[in-house]
Amino acid sequence: MNAAVDTGLSAALARPVDPRPIKLACRNVWKVFGPDAVDWIGTRDGRASSADLAEAGLVGAVRHVDLEIRQGEIFIIMGLSGSGKSTLVRCMSRLIEPTFGTVEFEGKDLLKVSDAELIELRRHRMGMVFQNFALLPHLNVLENIAFPLSIQGIDRAKREARAREVIELVGLRGREHFYPRELSGGQQQRVGIARSLATKPEVWFLDEPFSALDPLIRREMQDELLRLQGVLHKTIAFITHDFDEAIRLADRIAIMKDGEVIQTGTPEELVVNPATDYVAEFTRDVQRAKVISARSLMRPCAGGEHGGVVAPEARIASFSAGIVAAGKPFAVVNGTGKPIGEVTPQAVIDLLAGIDGRGARP
Amino acid sequence: MTIATDLGARPSRPLPFWPMVWAAALAAVMVLALLGDRFPALIDYPAAAVVPLTDWVSAIMAWLKANITWLTRSITAILGVPLDFALSLFAKNFKIGAGPEAIVLPRLSWVGIVVAAFLAGRAFGGWKLGALVGGCFLYIALFGKWTSAMLTLGLISIAVPFCIVTGLLIGIWAWRKPWAEKLIVSPSLDLMQTIPTFAYLIPMLILFGNSPVSAMIATAIFAMPPMVRATMLGLSRVPSEIGDFSEMAGCTARQKLWRVLLPSARPTLMVGVNQVIMLALNMVIIASMIGAGGLGYDVLLALRALKVGEAMEAGLAIVALAIALDRLSQAMARRQARGHVHGDAEAGPFWKRYPNLSLALVVLAATTIAGLFIPAFADVPKAITMTTAPAWKAGVSWITINLFDVIEAVRVALILYVLNPVRAFCEGFPWLGAVFLLGLAAFQLGGARLAILVAALTAYCAVTGLWEKTMATVYLVGISAFISCLIGIPIGLWASRSDRVEKIVTPIIDTLQVLPSFCFIIPVVMLFRVGDVTAMIATVAFAVVPAIRYTNHGLRQVPPALMEAAVVSGCTKRQTFFRVQLPLALPEIMLGINQTILMALSMIIICAMIGTRDLGQEVFIALSKADAGRGIVAGLAIAFIGIIADRLFGAWTAKARGKLG
Ligand SMILES: Nc1ncnc2c1ncn2[C@@H]1O[C@H](COP(=O)(O)OP(=O)(O)OP(=O)(O)O)[C@@H](O)[C@H]1O
Ligand SMILES: [Mg+2]
Repeated sequence: MNAAVDTGLSAALARPVDPRPIKLACRNVWKVFGPDAVDWIGTRDGRASSADLAEAGLVGAVRHVDLEIRQGEIFIIMGLSGSGKSTLVRCMSRLIEPTFGTVEFEGKDLLKVSDAELIELRRHRMGMVFQNFALLPHLNVLENIAFPLSIQGIDRAKREARAREVIELVGLRGREHFYPRELSGGQQQRVGIARSLATKPEVWFLDEPFSALDPLIRREMQDELLRLQGVLHKTIAFITHDFDEAIRLADRIAIMKDGEVIQTGTPEELVVNPATDYVAEFTRDVQRAKVISARSLMRPCAGGEHGGVVAPEARIASFSAGIVAAGKPFAVVNGTGKPIGEVTPQAVIDLLAGIDGRGARP
Repeated sequence: MTIATDLGARPSRPLPFWPMVWAAALAAVMVLALLGDRFPALIDYPAAAVVPLTDWVSAIMAWLKANITWLTRSITAILGVPLDFALSLFAKNFKIGAGPEAIVLPRLSWVGIVVAAFLAGRAFGGWKLGALVGGCFLYIALFGKWTSAMLTLGLISIAVPFCIVTGLLIGIWAWRKPWAEKLIVSPSLDLMQTIPTFAYLIPMLILFGNSPVSAMIATAIFAMPPMVRATMLGLSRVPSEIGDFSEMAGCTARQKLWRVLLPSARPTLMVGVNQVIMLALNMVIIASMIGAGGLGYDVLLALRALKVGEAMEAGLAIVALAIALDRLSQAMARRQARGHVHGDAEAGPFWKRYPNLSLALVVLAATTIAGLFIPAFADVPKAITMTTAPAWKAGVSWITINLFDVIEAVRVALILYVLNPVRAFCEGFPWLGAVFLLGLAAFQLGGARLAILVAALTAYCAVTGLWEKTMATVYLVGISAFISCLIGIPIGLWASRSDRVEKIVTPIIDTLQVLPSFCFIIPVVMLFRVGDVTAMIATVAFAVVPAIRYTNHGLRQVPPALMEAAVVSGCTKRQTFFRVQLPLALPEIMLGINQTILMALSMIIICAMIGTRDLGQEVFIALSKADAGRGIVAGLAIAFIGIIADRLFGAWTAKARGKLG
């Protein structure tokens, strides 16, 4: 279901296989709420339709989810409210036990590790940021940020030094001694982010971190996140219900509906090639020029003169003004400088005007 | 459950089912009453069939007393150490050694304590609170009640921390283990909060003797329930994200609880602490009967000797202490709820971080040492103390001389036309009829399980041979609660419609609420002497508070949008009130009535001290004779009256809420 739909385009879209190792994976993960859910799904060996669930009076919050998140990737999970995003991420971090399936952390089954190991993993290798910040009201900014270190028994001087480092990183200097209720929402979430970074985690879970913020601050925080990721290269699982946010941040996006992942792919794949009407509906109001790359708009070279060159990954929006002004096709060249196709001004204009034939919505 | 709710949901049945049932039931009870002439066992439970529960309980207590003396002795010894220390520190001076060459270290200087009280008030609530709290302590000193008040305070200062720690632990346990909460903690709390204060004293008296330690244990047990409840509530209110955070940060279970959840629940916990302090004060006063000493003992002595002036003086000192402790602990709770604010001196030496505390410690030490050389610092000098007792006495004499006729007329009229008829009716009510009617009401409101509970509890009162006394209690509680509502609900209504009235009423009921129940008796006794009338008036004054408060609050919390909608759709003011506001506020008002009944019950029992003839008297006599069986069995009967009223009202309120959706 979530594989790219096989059209003539898939060859053009195909990118080199991602060489980065898989950091976190879900294999047929289920979370079913209700009495005796574990037995129920166990006897079915992880196969059940929504009709089966309804008949048994169970709630399938997450259903046969398969995901692989690669190291250093920003992986976005999106879907409408109630689609099971939080439940999925809570399964991945084992805040709740999945009803069925396995969650692998660096190839190791996370559901089999002991409590002590889990605590160690969380102390050093995982971090989480929450929608409503979850700051401790009785601690000030510095103490909140140092808290995860303090419970590891790290001494005061050391943990405060580290806390000051991350305070610097998220731009909160001068507020060390403020208490959470004295900060604005954006500042509070900076504290939340700083706190989750204090332990230098490798995997970073963010559950709608910016949903409680107003739009301007939200944009600012998204930029901040990208800036941080440019420095830190974490493996990120990020939840949102805002597709624009997803597109701005994502390497890849998984779209969820009623507990199922219905498509996983880059923003471009989702826009160009929605697997279902539901996905198409989601991507409908996206500014396509910002998502679609030269690679997916190019056609074989017609042999005419070129007004410029672009890389296959370049977003259309980045050269649309130039190509329209030049009035000539641009060559698409690969790493070695060899042209692999061209993009015509007309194709760009069509795309900008929304009369692009490819990946057309119904 | 099902029948009642089904019928409630479909009121337009052709045959009005419940009215018919009730008519039949009342007719049956009437027949029962008429047959009573021939078969007296129908009215009064036959003495021959009384279950000798009293003897059994006495036997158990006697066995306990004989077999666990080692335990009670060691508990007394252990708890006696901190208690002695506190009492010496506040009131009695330390005596090391014995005989004439004993070294005496002084208690804390009264000047120091007054200043410390002022500083504490200032630290938590600014100059105004500082002046109020300091003023209350100064009042106590100047009016010659210092040592008594400090004895009381010393007992509280040990009982309260004990209560808080134990309450916290029990609350945590109940929160962790839902089965424990459901099966053990919640039922125990319900029972503990309805058992009359006197009944706590009896087993303590028997097990631990007449001493401050047994008073302290009784106080600690009595004052614990709010802390347990606050802990459970506070923990369950911590946002789930904060719990998740602590797991993701890698907290162990212990770290999660102590470093994340409990600190986050602090505002709610502080509200519990405030309630614990006030209940402890209330109980310490009453526990003066088993050796607590202090202000309560002064009142008790004065009341026994009918010295109204002295009683009034001691009572006012209790009021001052109550107001000081309440305002101070409330200010602390409020500060927690408001949240922390960063200060300039976040880091730095101790005295910079806690300037008020440091100053208070310095002043306490300095004045106490000064007291060694200057007697005026050690004891309140006689020259500056005053007494108001003669003034009170003169006032009462004047009233009794000049207004005797009026007061007497009121008293007699109340007795003749209100109290006696109701009493006669209640005492003549057939016990079987009461079991049946209450059970029926419970069935209609809450289903079969509630019906069985209510019927069984009612039957208990009869089967133990206490039926007449039970009805005597019910009659006094009923009348008092009724009058309280008659006064309280209109005042609450008035307050809800006028901000000015609310502003006047709120501080008054706040103050009434913190006063220990003892205090209400004193002024009434001065005017009406002892007896049922006095008990009734004191009870009304005590129990009127929730009726006012809940009515006001219930009416005010109806969303303005709903009332506007009513006005827009053309309702007159009257209609808006009766059709919209009142129905929406009704559950809350009923909750207030429920509280009023429970408070009236607890007060009526204390009024046994001034000569009522009911279950309270039964417990009171048992207390004076150290008769455990009699006291506990009667105490349970009182608790059951409370539980029956509470459950019936609770079911009724729940139903009303359900209808509102
Ligand atoms: N403890 C629970 N018991 C029963 N059902 C639950 C429980 N927790 C979640 N659900 C159900 O699982 C579904 C998914 O919930 P989840 O919180 O994961 O949604 P979400 O995508 O995060 O939504 P939102 O955007 O509102 O946060 C919902 O239908 C919810 O009602
Ligand atoms: Mg969610």
